[in-house]
Amino acid sequence: MKKGKFLFKFWLVGLATALVIFGITSCGEKKEEAKVEEAKVIEKTTLVFGRGGDSVGLDPAYETDGNSFMVCDNIYEALVFYADESTALEPGLAESWDISPDGKTYTFHLRKGVKFHDGTPFNADAVVFSIGRMMKERNVKFVGKGWEIPAQERPPEYWVSMEMDKTVGSIEAVDENTVVFKLKRVEAPFMANMGMDFADIISPTAFMKNPKEFLRNPVGTGPFKFVKWVTADRIILEKNENYWDKSGGPYLDKVVFRSIPENSVRFLELKTGNIHICQFPNPADIELAKKDSNLILPTQPGMNIGYLSFNHTKEPWKSNLNLRKAIAHAIDRKAIVDNIYQGMGQTAKNPIPPTMWGYNQNVPGFKYDPELAKKFLSDAGYPDGKGLGEITLWSMPVPRPYNPDGRKIGEAMSADLAKVGIKAKIVTFEWGTYLKRQREQPEDMDLFQLGWTGDNGDPDNFLAVLFDGLASSSIRTQWHNEKYHELMVNGRQTVDQAKRTKIYEEALQLIYDECPVISIAHSTVIWPSLKNVTNFKLHPTGSVRLKNVSLK
Amino acid sequence: MLAYISRRILILIPTLLGVSIIVFVMLHITPGDPAELLLGERATEEALFELREHLGLNEPLYVQYGMFLKRLMKGDLGVTIWTRQKVWTEIKHRFPATIELTLAALCIACFFGIIFGIISATKQYSVFDYVSMIGALAGVSMPIFWLGLIFMLIFSLNLGWLPISGRLSVDIDLEVITNFYILDAVLTRNWAALKDAVWHIIMPAVTLSTIPMAIVARMTRSAMLEVLRQDYIKTAKAKGLSNFTVTFKHALRNALIPVVTTVGLQFGVALGGAILTETIFAWPGVGKWMYDAVMQRDYMVIQGGTLIIAAVFVVINLCVDVLYAVINPRISVQ
Repeated sequence: MKKGKFLFKFWLVGLATALVIFGITSCGEKKEEAKVEEAKVIEKTTLVFGRGGDSVGLDPAYETDGNSFMVCDNIYEALVFYADESTALEPGLAESWDISPDGKTYTFHLRKGVKFHDGTPFNADAVVFSIGRMMKERNVKFVGKGWEIPAQERPPEYWVSMEMDKTVGSIEAVDENTVVFKLKRVEAPFMANMGMDFADIISPTAFMKNPKEFLRNPVGTGPFKFVKWVTADRIILEKNENYWDKSGGPYLDKVVFRSIPENSVRFLELKTGNIHICQFPNPADIELAKKDSNLILPTQPGMNIGYLSFNHTKEPWKSNLNLRKAIAHAIDRKAIVDNIYQGMGQTAKNPIPPTMWGYNQNVPGFKYDPELAKKFLSDAGYPDGKGLGEITLWSMPVPRPYNPDGRKIGEAMSADLAKVGIKAKIVTFEWGTYLKRQREQPEDMDLFQLGWTGDNGDPDNFLAVLFDGLASSSIRTQWHNEKYHELMVNGRQTVDQAKRTKIYEEALQLIYDECPVISIAHSTVIWPSLKNVTNFKLHPTGSVRLKNVSLK
Repeated sequence: MLAYISRRILILIPTLLGVSIIVFVMLHITPGDPAELLLGERATEEALFELREHLGLNEPLYVQYGMFLKRLMKGDLGVTIWTRQKVWTEIKHRFPATIELTLAALCIACFFGIIFGIISATKQYSVFDYVSMIGALAGVSMPIFWLGLIFMLIFSLNLGWLPISGRLSVDIDLEVITNFYILDAVLTRNWAALKDAVWHIIMPAVTLSTIPMAIVARMTRSAMLEVLRQDYIKTAKAKGLSNFTVTFKHALRNALIPVVTTVGLQFGVALGGAILTETIFAWPGVGKWMYDAVMQRDYMVIQGGTLIIAAVFVVINLCVDVLYAVINPRISVQ
């Protein structure tokens, strides 16, 4: 009895504590109700975008990751825009542009009356400043008094990887609204590059106020203004009421980018209606989303390629075409797409995506045919794989947009190869080591998986940077083919797109004939959204543009 | 006492130095390179070299460590490789989130763990005893990841009682002072935010508390059982004291020593468990941050982060030692 009494007392203490906590919170509840009502009047529409991670920084010149660019896409704008669902170029902050007959001078005529979010007028000097700060040797000329551009904190990665220092000779402001880029060489993809994120125009005054902190206090001309960044949690943007283009959006009053690292949790948040768009759900959740009448499934074939390539610095891969073809015919790529991409992809026949100009429809692609593979194998001098020994198949350790699970794909490939008599051992390393060792083309590497996500929609950005081994020893597939190299150089130096299309079609035919690489798949991007999200279009580059989006 | 505490704090210096050396060596013998990971597929030799040069990674190891120490002397933990922010700024934003979550979890663990432990001990071999000890076993063995998702399905998706993830709802504004949201909400008298923050912390804290709660319950039970058999308890009972006084004043106080030790140790376990809990509940703390930093080889973050965590750990151990003396005056601090 006494024991019972003591227990009772103890629970009483617990209950009292609980009541106090409840009291405190519920007394807040009433006030909150009032606040919420108030808030509803002021805040008309807020879109919450659920994504896998936080942005790294918001200075477009220095970022390298999609989570940073998707926020930049809404704050900043470049001289040229990509079209809604393709990388066709449209006028942006530049109304028009002229290219000199020799293809080395580009004159941009800028849009008038545009202002940055901080009130700074957008003009030729802002362009010279924004792009000029990425140059190693700052060969720039302002028309006004300009600015002393501070030294770079670190190399601007995209500017470097697009080889812009080798392309751009000088940037000059001719008058308030005209900028001239003088190039060192003819570079056909130059205009496409100017639509990329790194070429976004920033407010020079905002940058000069505190260059080191600009990446956390971004100011551009875009449809949304930066409000607040809660580290690892959310980034909040609000509508730019003074946006220059009055013909369309922005319609949303507020945009919140929330980081929710776990895919299934992010999808749960979508199902309960707490977020409007769910980036990168688990493939299994796509099936659930299809059945849910509250959700829609915006879909876009990604501008990417996952491929399997050969170590062209060693025999027998370097000169045995029949052996390469045997491997190409032995691998069942459709099964890989069905089972490992889980339908979120399409088998590739060219190493560039079908939505890109220059895609060669006439290339037949390699059929899955073990018998044919066996024939090629014996023509290659290795009947039933005899004499080849055990080969190594490097498989990627991390999921990438173009390859959801490198190890599983490796296992599938190895099983396929075993069917024709080739023994392949799966090799993998930590991702950084994988990338590093792969570039060194070591003796112990026979086949390797890798891939690419396109930057600017130009075929050069796939075909030259990935496979033209004669251009540089950094090219991941060290395939040395004079004819291909010549095509790539010509492609770059021809400005006329119709002519370039022909060149790249020919290059793709050559890749099919010579089989230096086996194209596996292009992944498809599906981001389920709430039904009331209107006009949200996925872009092939992966950028997220919310200007024309509204909530019904 | 004061001399003891200051001596213990002085010991922090060699401890942290040792930690920094171990972490530094381990980081540099693990394969991987932040520059390579930062540039990914598009890396070229020149770009890599230039980036390493900017990050100071081309210097010999002892020079790199020397530079790290030199900065540390000035109280500067350096700049992170990925976000290009001061490590200290990032810690200021994230550490309070983790501490808030861990403290909440430990409070829940202690409150329920000790109650269950006491009841189980005073009612040994009763149904309650069996049920709570089986519950404790289940608590230790349950994977946090699975438990978190199950909680979400039940309490958020089906019942709609609690928010799924995050620290604060999207429509709630909170002026941040200390980054401990509950504290900030009280300081700014923002009751709506207080309720929202408390609502958000319940599920992750309960998830994180399961393992420590189970361990505390079992520890309390066995310590109590031992104490309850002592002669002085019989004396107290014989004096006619109430059961409540005997259990709490005489027994519990003596039984608490091993429990306090356990709780101190569990703090470390909970900090480790926070990596998973933070990932599931999108809780912007240090756990997920450190994990990502290891994957990305962000040396600056790993070095700075481990130093801070080590320091906190040492301080908590000190608190535990001081608590001994408070709970049991027979143990004097020397």
